[in-house]
Amino acid sequence: MSLLSVEGLGIAFGGVRAVHDVGLTVAPGEIVSIIGPNGAGKTTLFNMISGVYLPGAGRVRLDGEDVTGMAPHLLARRGLSRTFQNLQIFPAMSVLENAATGFHLRERGALLADLLALPGARRRSAEALAGARDLLARVGLDRAADREAGELSYGALKRLEIARALATAPRLLLLDEPAAGCNAVETEEIDRLIAGMAQSGIAILLVEHDMKLVMRISTHIVVLDHGEKIAEGDPATVSRHPDVIAAYLGAPVAVEGAAHADG
Amino acid sequence: MDALMQFVFSGVTVGAVYALVALGFTIIYNASDVVNFAQGEFVMLGGMITVFAHLAGLPLPLAALGAILATAALGVALNRLAIEPARGAPVVSVIIITIGASILIRGAAQLIFDKQLHGLPAFSGDDPIRVMGATILPQSLWVIGGALAVFVGLWAFFTRTLTGKAVLATSNNRTAAQLVGINTGWVMTLAFGLSAAIGALAGVLVTPITLVSYDVGVGLALKGFAAAMLGGMGNPKGALAGGLLLGLFEALTAGYVSSQYKEAVAFVVILGVLFAMPQGLFGRAGTERV
Repeated sequence: MSLLSVEGLGIAFGGVRAVHDVGLTVAPGEIVSIIGPNGAGKTTLFNMISGVYLPGAGRVRLDGEDVTGMAPHLLARRGLSRTFQNLQIFPAMSVLENAATGFHLRERGALLADLLALPGARRRSAEALAGARDLLARVGLDRAADREAGELSYGALKRLEIARALATAPRLLLLDEPAAGCNAVETEEIDRLIAGMAQSGIAILLVEHDMKLVMRISTHIVVLDHGEKIAEGDPATVSRHPDVIAAYLGAPVAVEGAAHADG
Repeated sequence: MDALMQFVFSGVTVGAVYALVALGFTIIYNASDVVNFAQGEFVMLGGMITVFAHLAGLPLPLAALGAILATAALGVALNRLAIEPARGAPVVSVIIITIGASILIRGAAQLIFDKQLHGLPAFSGDDPIRVMGATILPQSLWVIGGALAVFVGLWAFFTRTLTGKAVLATSNNRTAAQLVGINTGWVMTLAFGLSAAIGALAGVLVTPITLVSYDVGVGLALKGFAAAMLGGMGNPKGALAGGLLLGLFEALTAGYVSSQYKEAVAFVVILGVLFAMPQGLFGRAGTERV
């Protein structure tokens, strides 16, 4: 039984068909990757699934429930979390506080108990901070816990976003280019991190340009080009697919390339 | 010495009002980075609605409560009807919307109520209390007590409660706040409702001393803004300190220089803060990622 199922999803901006009729499913523990050239519609697809954009067509189902166009904070309550290609962190907070915000939904307590700093409220707060520290250790940021998040490097912030997403206890995690801006060693860490998350039963949907990483860890790959799904299958099948090679390296017939404007 | 004490008392009283206005600014600023220039109108409405409800026969406490709730509802409506539809607009545009809202509310108040000055009976009598050779009105103690109570409440709200932290997170990055499950729409509703209620409370407390009419909001918003700038925008501690300091500056200027220059103090403070320390007394300097 798939956790996420997407059917016929599409959106147009003005006259530009950014994504058209894309379907996919992700089951718990699976890593499904979306690949495709720049402008293929990968991030747009993510934005529709995670409630940032309202899809023009199609359905998004989580656990069979229709969640198409549902606000991100409601999706977070249903176990969907994501990271952003261009980062969405809290720049004025410390690294630890950023990770602790992920416990928002689990830290819920009585307002009055919080105001009076009753023992229960303090314990909840301490638990969130301890949990945040554990997650920072897991993504290798424990030493930066007390620094202001705005000071960190791009690659470190990518991992901070993953830690914060994990703090929301997601069942489905959308990762938008988690390895971008990371060096080879960091990429290998991300690789292990994603594999570990999948093993713990989280369903993962991944957008990534690092093909070695994608081929190594994906259970299933969906290839987009010009907003449409041109191929899918396991890594071995996809890497041999002629349309995929054409989309990445250019079509052998010149007419095919000229028919599309690069979007 | 007696004269100085008298100036200090009157400065602290008027400063407590500025602090309450500045505290109202704090909440909306913390939720959205917007300075709400209709904040002074909330103060006016608190006073005016209480006066007219009291005239209509309601007992004073009930009239005051009604005024605070009605003003809070108006604050929520302002957010729903004028601020939320402009979501995604630059902060400056939203600030201009709040200026428009303040003009609208002022005009409506002039039509619905009237253009007269109105007062309310003091809550605990009019007999001045003698302290250290000077006198202070019991109503002044109500104003000062109100400012302190709101300050403590807000400080605890922002530093201790999850909801308060959610407000701060929403201002820091709305998308990220939604991502961790914060209902940012509700945060904005809460911020406007709470700000308006605090403004109205200030109006209720101060009307027995300074009287109220439809146009008192402009001056109060300006003074409250100066106070918030002086203390550091967004920080409840700064709002309280800034308000009290501004009140003291004004009272001392009026007492030792000339009361004609009193109104200029707020402008001098704004200029001074902008030149010397734009982040204010308790504000933190912002860092910009390039």
